[in-house]
Amino acid sequence: MKRIISILIENKPGALARVVGLFHQRGYNIETLNVGPVFDGTYSRMTVTTRGSENDVEQITKQINKIIDVIKVSDLTEGDHHEYEFIMIKFKHSEKIQKIVKSLNGKIHEKNKDVIVMSAWGSSSDIEVAIKSIGKVNLLEIARSGSIGLHEGERILKI
Amino acid sequence: MKLSGGDLLMRALKDEGVKFIFGYPGGAALHIYDSIFKQKACEHILVRHEQGATHAADGYSRATGKPGVALVTSGPGATNAITGLATAYMDSIPLIVISGQVQSHLIGTDSFQETDMIGISRPIVKHSFIVQNAKDIPQIVQEAFHIATTGRPGPVVIDIPKDKTDPAQLFEYKRAKEISLRSYQPRVFPHPGQIKKASKKILSAERPVIYAGGGVILGNAHKELISLNKILKAPVTNTLMGLGAYPAKDKYFMGMLGMHGTYQANMAMHNADIIIAIGARFDDRITNTPSMFAPNAKIVHIDIDPASISKIINADIPIVGQVKESLIALIKEIKRSKIKIDSDALDNWNMQISQWREKHGLDHDLYLSKIKSSMIAPQVVVQELYHATNGNAFVTSDVGQHQMFVAQYYHFNKPRRWINSGGLGTMGFGLPAAMGVKLAFPKDEVVCVTGEGSIQMCIQELSTCLQYNLPIKIININNEALGMVRQWQDMNYGGRHSASTYADSLPDFVKLAQSYGHVGMKVTKQSQLKKTLEKAFAMEDRLVFIDVYVDPNEHVYPMLVAPNGSMKDMWIKKNTKA
Repeated sequence: MKRIISILIENKPGALARVVGLFHQRGYNIETLNVGPVFDGTYSRMTVTTRGSENDVEQITKQINKIIDVIKVSDLTEGDHHEYEFIMIKFKHSEKIQKIVKSLNGKIHEKNKDVIVMSAWGSSSDIEVAIKSIGKVNLLEIARSGSIGLHEGERILKI
Repeated sequence: MKLSGGDLLMRALKDEGVKFIFGYPGGAALHIYDSIFKQKACEHILVRHEQGATHAADGYSRATGKPGVALVTSGPGATNAITGLATAYMDSIPLIVISGQVQSHLIGTDSFQETDMIGISRPIVKHSFIVQNAKDIPQIVQEAFHIATTGRPGPVVIDIPKDKTDPAQLFEYKRAKEISLRSYQPRVFPHPGQIKKASKKILSAERPVIYAGGGVILGNAHKELISLNKILKAPVTNTLMGLGAYPAKDKYFMGMLGMHGTYQANMAMHNADIIIAIGARFDDRITNTPSMFAPNAKIVHIDIDPASISKIINADIPIVGQVKESLIALIKEIKRSKIKIDSDALDNWNMQISQWREKHGLDHDLYLSKIKSSMIAPQVVVQELYHATNGNAFVTSDVGQHQMFVAQYYHFNKPRRWINSGGLGTMGFGLPAAMGVKLAFPKDEVVCVTGEGSIQMCIQELSTCLQYNLPIKIININNEALGMVRQWQDMNYGGRHSASTYADSLPDFVKLAQSYGHVGMKVTKQSQLKKTLEKAFAMEDRLVFIDVYVDPNEHVYPMLVAPNGSMKDMWIKKNTKA
């Protein structure tokens, strides 16, 4: 089962490597990874998606919690949550691709005789479906942000 | 007064109460070595290989309960410290490794003796620091000691680029009164609700077992464990790391459990209705096949580390907290409870354990049965050592058959007397660890029980022992082979001894010890053993290397049947299952 794990961590050199390394050390895979500074900039929030059983995820979150730089860990998938992913895509002129991307809250950033650059966002499952239907023809490249997410309602990752 | 980065470091170590630094100098650490030269608070012990430095600091820590400190240079100095870090990490030992690093502007340029110490050590440390500003050194040292010694202890690396210890750059020394890290607040006290639940469960047990591990020793909770069992009167077993946590002479003590645990301890675990796991982590050398583990037992699991709970075996009542505080709370709750222990059931249970002990318990008469044989049984060496030292010695070991024989036959009644690499299983650990112990306890008997395989992995430290006058006694249980490897080859590989023998090329250990300036003795006959040990222990101010030739065909039993076995499935002697 797909899991979305949110991590609040010190924004310090090497902190990210400790989390990423841990997944490998403990035999788990990272599917997507997103990180950026939050609050006053001395914290970072990471969102990692992975696959595993209930027990696996319990072990992962406990092990992440043990990293000294980690402040909070939460498995978003354990309750109701919002989850989105942002992509950027570059392709040769193609009505088909433009239409697909447009349908995902798409926006055109560059359009000339050679290429079109667009951005889009949606749930990662919508993104997956879109990427599949885009296919390989005329596609030049895609950059994905990886999932980011928040708990529903009042629940937050507090400092 | 303003201090250089090197002087700041030494001042900070002094303020942490550091008495010994085990280390080896080199280019990137030279400013620090100059600072060491100028102070008196910490004595530097020059080892002969950085692995020795880490194990010596580790041994010092295990024996004293204080953090051990090692200092190495960059590059090969740092990589040589890796085995020692991993050893300490697996056994949760508070070890501080300070590594010199190339100058900041050279980092990342493949400069001479450069290696990414933080990267290499990351999976085997509790935490690590790289010094970016020299003025931060005191705070980093303080944080490093705090992290290493609190919560579940563990090793911490401090990597210091050479320019951060530049003698020309001076800073104010500031030490915080208290350390508080916003991302690190280990739990101390257990949840009262869980203690209540545990107490209820434990008091209703008919076949309880206390399974106590190294956490009891690390958490200095052996007295509380004894107090708990004054009330419960339950059979107790200790893990390899936990030996000494509960006195071996106590009538409720069943010996070690697990792979080479006693028959009664393993049977008790398998048949228990309540297992009270205290500071133990259900290692694969304990549980055998997890799905077949203790089928009828409810598990109460006390541990400081929530990640250790329900990792391998699901805990019915998890208790996260310091072992000492948790036991104090549990004892209080049990005393307050109105539930009466079913003493009839408990008597039957303890009787059952006695019967198991009678049936297949460790052969303590081995000495008598083998005395007529020409070959010395390795178990007898340990029994004789126990008598020669009145069971009071600090005993370090390396890894293999000799380690298991000590665990089985040397009865540890006090914590921190048994010093071995249980988790990582590091050959070469015993001798340097014994140096650390001897420095901490110069008046006590410190014995390194080793094998002719292990001892050669850090034999160079014999030179350090001469330099610092460390009169350790080394008992080399010499079976002219890598005994445990050979045992597995005998049992699982049709007796094909692939790369496990070297009888024709062993050194003359007596001469070797002598060439290092020590005393060497050789024992080949049972009749010489006792006298030789007496003679060796009478030489109080000399390191004596006693090379004891033993029966090479001896195996360690009991041994859990694996794979696909439970804890009740054991080999009890050659070709015989219980």
